[in-house]
Amino acid sequence: MSAETMAVNLGPQHPSTHGVLRVMLELDGEIVVNAKPDIGFLHRGIEKLAEYRTYHQIIILTDRLDYLAAMSNNLAYVLTVEKLLEIEIPKRAQYIRIILAELQRIASHLFWLGTHAHDLGAMTPLFYTLRERETIMDIFDAVAGSRLTPGFMRIGGLAAEVDREILHRIDTFARYLPDRIDEYESLLTDNPIWKSRTQGVGILTIDECIELGVSGPLLRASGHGRDIRKTEPYSSYKDFDFNIPTGTRGDVYDRFLVRLAEMRESARIVQQAVQNLPDGPHIIRKAPGVLPDRDALDTDIYAMIRHFHLITEGVKPPIGEVYHCIESPRGELGFYLVSDGSSNPCRLRVRPPSFVNLQSLVKMVKGKILSDAIAAISTIDIVLAEVDR
Amino acid sequence: MDIDILRKQFGNGILDISYFRGECTVTVDKEIIVPVCRFLKETEGLAFDFLSDCCGVDRLSDRPRFWVVYHLYSTAYNHRLRLKAAVNDDNPVIDSVVSVWPTADWHERECFDMFGITFSNHPDMRRILMAHDFEGHPLRKDFPLEGR
Repeated sequence: MSAETMAVNLGPQHPSTHGVLRVMLELDGEIVVNAKPDIGFLHRGIEKLAEYRTYHQIIILTDRLDYLAAMSNNLAYVLTVEKLLEIEIPKRAQYIRIILAELQRIASHLFWLGTHAHDLGAMTPLFYTLRERETIMDIFDAVAGSRLTPGFMRIGGLAAEVDREILHRIDTFARYLPDRIDEYESLLTDNPIWKSRTQGVGILTIDECIELGVSGPLLRASGHGRDIRKTEPYSSYKDFDFNIPTGTRGDVYDRFLVRLAEMRESARIVQQAVQNLPDGPHIIRKAPGVLPDRDALDTDIYAMIRHFHLITEGVKPPIGEVYHCIESPRGELGFYLVSDGSSNPCRLRVRPPSFVNLQSLVKMVKGKILSDAIAAISTIDIVLAEVDR
Repeated sequence: MDIDILRKQFGNGILDISYFRGECTVTVDKEIIVPVCRFLKETEGLAFDFLSDCCGVDRLSDRPRFWVVYHLYSTAYNHRLRLKAAVNDDNPVIDSVVSVWPTADWHERECFDMFGITFSNHPDMRRILMAHDFEGHPLRKDFPLEGR
């Protein structure tokens, strides 16, 4: 600090900080001389809580990490446990997981688009994007009985079958979504005010992104094609035909274009998955740690014993450690599990993409004007529940 | 990925190389963590340019007590490696790798916050998630889940 500069607190209670992010800005007039993000206001100790719960009970904790992409968190966690337990799950379950994860990506990007535009002064798109997001939330409600925190994935598959009527609704949605994205584009893409607020703002180069561990749409907007769905395919992603949109300049505008294009690709994946959905069970029952069918408990004593055992004591995986990551809407979402052979993990580490991507904020705003800092915060697409855990 | 060149380069500094579920874990002496990281990043054929994650693990009954675990990824070769270094309870200090991967900055601060492991040569070693006047390190196994 010097006598010429002024300290300004942005947040933690400020609508443009998307939750409880506090940024200590040092301003020289309107120029940001330095920025220091201050995080941790939403820390709930989820990694600590996980050490006191069984592997099944942790699934609902993962919902509460990134609450705008709870399905993705579910998926990353159960895949990690399945890797540790060496469970191969049925094709149908893999496809439904992809459908849900891609719908979640669309929902998350829609919410991001609405709030991002709102931060930059375009009020209207929020109402349109929330309309489509609401459709997805209704689908999740029908699938899992819960909108924001579905907790729908299970070790070995899914909690329930997704019926034909819901699949039809999903397919219809995926078919009309591209038209709706055209609508948003007609409001923003060629809008001169939108362009002047976003083009050339918050630039990150590929090298800067990789140095800072930045992943997801931010990295791809800079021109790097890394997407974990392609580079390290999980859950049958290699069965689908989709492109990885990339940008060229790595600015706020390119990230907007990349996320819009990603939604279109996700809609394509959803359509392919619904069309080619194989028959079969939605969960593999004969594997370690997988809960038996609820209906079997009434008639089968062994199922009853197994259920009792898994609920009271939990599954005991072999001693070892695994790391598994997926492409969440925000980037590389990884879980690192250390098992000591007991029914609670010795350590569950979440590799949160928001947390890592937020580090790039300082680089994006230094030397720029204050209004660009607002654009930079919202372009990262942070969810503070995931940053602070 | 030819991981044996690590043994050739660092000899007894490499304590263990193991495989589990298709993942390779290399355990190194904490004194050489920075040279090993620099070697892994800059050697042709390894090129681990992307630090996915860095975190601590508390193994209360083991000696040494803590691990610092690095998850590395190579964007050029699309391969991964887990690097581990053990840190003692009585002097939990390890060199910072911020000079190799700047992204380690916040990871190491979080590791300090949660486990009390200090990273020397870190540019800004202070708490990140807990309040600055918080006492104790919550992810240590001897820190109770609730009530103190």
